[in-house]
Amino acid sequence: MAIVEIGKKACAVNPLKMSQPIGGALAFMGIRDSMPLFHGSQGCTSFGLVLFVRHFKEAIPLQTTAMSEVATVLGGYENVEQAIVNISNKQKARLIGICSTGVTETKGDDVDAYISLVRQQHPELDDIALVYVSTPDFKDAFQDGWEKTVAKIIEKLVKEPEPDVARDQKKLVVLPGSQYTPGDLDELRDIIEGFGFEPLFLPDLAASLDGHIPDDFTPTSLGGISLEEIAALGDAAHCIALGSHMKLAAETLQKKAGVPFKLFERMIGLLPTDAFIAHLMEISGREVPLRIKRQRSQLVDAMLDGHFHTGGKKIAMGLEPDFFYDLSSFLVEMGCHITAAVSTNATPILEKVQCESVLIGDLEDLERLGAGCDLLITHAHGRQASERLHIPLFRMGLPIFDRLGAGHITAVGYRGARDLIFDIANMFIANAHVARPDTWYPHPAEGADSLASPTVAH
Amino acid sequence: MSSVSATVQDVFNEPACPKNAAKSEKERKKGCTKQLQPGGAAGGCAFDGAKIALQPITDVAHLVHGPIACEGNSWDNRGAYSSGSTLYRTGFTTDLNETDVVFGGEKRLYKSIKEIIEKYNPPSVFVYQTCVPAMIGDDIDAVCKAASKKFGKPIVPVNSPGFVGPKNLGNKLAGEALLAHVIGTVEPEYTTPYDVNIIGEYNLAGEMWQVEPLLKEIGFRILSCISGDAKYTDVASSHRARATMMVCSKAMINITRKLEDLYGIPYFEGSFYGIGDMSDSLRQLAQLVIDRGAPAEFMDRVEAVIAREEKLAWDEIMSYLPRLKGKKVLLITGGVKSWSVVAALQEVGMEIVGTSVKKSTKEDKERIKELMGEDAHAFDDMSPREMYKMLKDARADIMLSGGRSQFIALKANMPWLDINQERHHAYSGYKGMVDLVKEIDKALYNPIWDQVRTIAPWQNAADSWQAKADAEAAREAAELAADPAKAEAKRRSKKICKCKTVDLGTIEDAISTGALTTVEQVVDITHAGSGCTGCRGAIGGILEGLAGGPVVELTLEERRAVKICNCKDVTRGMIEDAVHAKNLTTVAEVTEATNAGGGCTSCCDTIDDILSEIVAPIAVAAE
Ligand code: SF4
Repeated sequence: MAIVEIGKKACAVNPLKMSQPIGGALAFMGIRDSMPLFHGSQGCTSFGLVLFVRHFKEAIPLQTTAMSEVATVLGGYENVEQAIVNISNKQKARLIGICSTGVTETKGDDVDAYISLVRQQHPELDDIALVYVSTPDFKDAFQDGWEKTVAKIIEKLVKEPEPDVARDQKKLVVLPGSQYTPGDLDELRDIIEGFGFEPLFLPDLAASLDGHIPDDFTPTSLGGISLEEIAALGDAAHCIALGSHMKLAAETLQKKAGVPFKLFERMIGLLPTDAFIAHLMEISGREVPLRIKRQRSQLVDAMLDGHFHTGGKKIAMGLEPDFFYDLSSFLVEMGCHITAAVSTNATPILEKVQCESVLIGDLEDLERLGAGCDLLITHAHGRQASERLHIPLFRMGLPIFDRLGAGHITAVGYRGARDLIFDIANMFIANAHVARPDTWYPHPAEGADSLASPTVAH
Repeated sequence: MSSVSATVQDVFNEPACPKNAAKSEKERKKGCTKQLQPGGAAGGCAFDGAKIALQPITDVAHLVHGPIACEGNSWDNRGAYSSGSTLYRTGFTTDLNETDVVFGGEKRLYKSIKEIIEKYNPPSVFVYQTCVPAMIGDDIDAVCKAASKKFGKPIVPVNSPGFVGPKNLGNKLAGEALLAHVIGTVEPEYTTPYDVNIIGEYNLAGEMWQVEPLLKEIGFRILSCISGDAKYTDVASSHRARATMMVCSKAMINITRKLEDLYGIPYFEGSFYGIGDMSDSLRQLAQLVIDRGAPAEFMDRVEAVIAREEKLAWDEIMSYLPRLKGKKVLLITGGVKSWSVVAALQEVGMEIVGTSVKKSTKEDKERIKELMGEDAHAFDDMSPREMYKMLKDARADIMLSGGRSQFIALKANMPWLDINQERHHAYSGYKGMVDLVKEIDKALYNPIWDQVRTIAPWQNAADSWQAKADAEAAREAAELAADPAKAEAKRRSKKICKCKTVDLGTIEDAISTGALTTVEQVVDITHAGSGCTGCRGAIGGILEGLAGGPVVELTLEERRAVKICNCKDVTRGMIEDAVHAKNLTTVAEVTEATNAGGGCTSCCDTIDDILSEIVAPIAVAAE
């Protein structure tokens, strides 16, 4: 159980944290025909866009209300209105997901009021869904933006079912946390379908940002869960929320539509996957498919093979809270020690992390605490620390801009955990210290001067 | 904030900017800032631009004063290389929280500077203002001043909050910060007659290192490069150089001009992209130092290096000729760094679809302009399906463009190479041009293309999205053919002015209702052409079209006196004479002979027109 400490520095050096609105934007990207829109200056949007493009290596839908200095002072109604009109006309978006930024929050723009006014002024836009989430940059972080956005989407777009609705027993809603990649979602879909369910992911990045070649070019999000599917989520029989920050969304769905939910704070590793599978068995009343049984034994085997390499290893880790908790717990279960722990903002889940303390800080802190570790785990910005410390970096989280396949890294399910063990263990193997003559004592040859040298032979 | 707006106005008044000189007082005040479209695509902010321009100074700590968005989402994502310190890649930010926003962030800023100096002890800290602290009234100038005094180090405020404008404005504001606080504050240990500044070069992907060794071999001393691979003291002592080369872009023209005004350092605008441009730049730089007292023989050293390097480069490039000859390149960019890139491609026998195609008709020209239009705009306005159609219609083998369009090209299974952005490959100087050709060859001949274009075994060719897109396009075309009114509406909806979003119909209507005859009238009434001014040629064309001929008939002499190249002051007559006298056939040759097209390159199209007018009849006569 960790003590969560808040850093005391005035200046963040090499930030670990990313801003809240881009977490919100990413959630909107998991919905079909949607266009995330930042209410703020253009630069914030441009940075978010570049970040995602470099991570996913895909065209990214993201728009801005382009607030100028003057507009910022006067308030942004006109910009919001124009942006909505333009996006509806040009991009044919069906959902516009608006996230506020630091600039417009500092001014105090009342976007909800703007939206009602737009609704009055533009009846022709009635069938375009508008969802607004307040996500100031100067508060919280990426994960929180995602959390609020998913909850808001449910609040605004899910239809309340009839009181006596016959729940669709096959329909299973999955509310994935921001840490799960398109690869993770596909793995989960595969597992869940194995139990006869028809899962619906909200948001569904696997369908939108998994790098598939689209059937047609669209400027909005490419795939993802549709608005109709979202509206009809209310008659689902089951809901599974992944990651503690998805509790809010799950509760919202329960309150609104009476869908019961089960929250999984962890998804990575043998025991968490067992718990997940056990739940699916229970609610489906079905046998576990043969292939999943085989996958489990493969994972067990991988753990046996891997533990030689992972046991006793010291890990320095910098991730957002929920991901931190999940991944670090898995590594601890593989015999690793988390000796340096940095996260972005204080949330209760961090207290459950199995290490002495977690610091709310940046990558400079991680670099300082991580000296002498065996492995560094954080996003791609850890590369500088890795170089300086001569400690290998295992890239996890977002952004990963200097490696390919970030969207396909899979950690969940028996298969995901199996591959994760291989990948991490292989890094240890590649960087293993090989014994040298002087590993334990100064090598005799070096002190040879004072001894009768055996090499002198005339 | 008032000081920022004053600086912004100052920057807009830049007299050495040719675009600016052509504007009226009122227009100038509006600045080069394009009207931003809410719900249009987003470019970088002024803060982004300032950071891009200054971050390459490697030993300085770059501290961003703002909430996490500005630095947290963007740090260490710019590809400037360093030969020494890596401090510039460290992300520093005050990461303002809610309390700071309420009570002000100045204290946190001051403490941050203190922490940085204690931990990293850099020669200077640059403090970047961003939107939120600008709104709440944080006075970074005052904080920097106090900190400079307290810590005995230059702490430089860079007043460029994102919302004052786009990236290019930020570049200039960065220049202003250097002028106000850095340049001229340190005297170099010694000077030589060969001391030069290179301004506007950021050493992206190490491109400066493709050039620097040659400059050194010739005998130049680079006193300071602003700001690629620079050290703080270099920049601070740049006022003692003998000459300045301003690298192509206008981004840092304010520094260049003020170095001339205040310290009498002459400059020229040159480019390291392309073989011809590289050689020209070396010569011009040498000429400037010779003019200021360096021995005239210095030029011989320059020529010797040029001769050697050009030969090496051409030999290598020509070895690709058999593989590249006849391949079609679709060039989509406003950012072709230099026309001589095009020349090099043509030299290896590649056909450029969409640029100076010889003997092209007027319609071709229009199409080319469309293809070549400022890329960001062109692509934002184009639906991806239209873009696919364009790729297909062009029957190109490879597309060269800026980064934005890559996904379309790749998803259309079209080989693609990024020539705007030097993040990954350096294309400067002689070696760089060889590398570019090499990269094109690599992209074009990669065996994946045939594979990815095959359809899956379970798929019907007619079901592929390509086929669907084609069918859709054919359907639309048929629809337009069948419905003249719709076709007319579509024709009229064509966007002419991309900055101000004015379409053809609006302009035509304005001309006929107002009986307009000059481009200026059209600009005044419709605002088309009042942004980047790039579409004024097209407006002229529309006027001509409606008037049923050229607007004003010119006499032969008047016609010969028309200035074609504004940068280098070259008239039509001069170009025509040169073409006749020397039997010139390509734009590059004309540029070589007359200098026309050697500046901003925007007149190259016109030069090509002139060429096709002259060259075609000659060819006929020769038969
Ligand atoms: S627009 Fe303003 S708030 Fe946004 S990134 Fe640029 S400086 Fe920061």
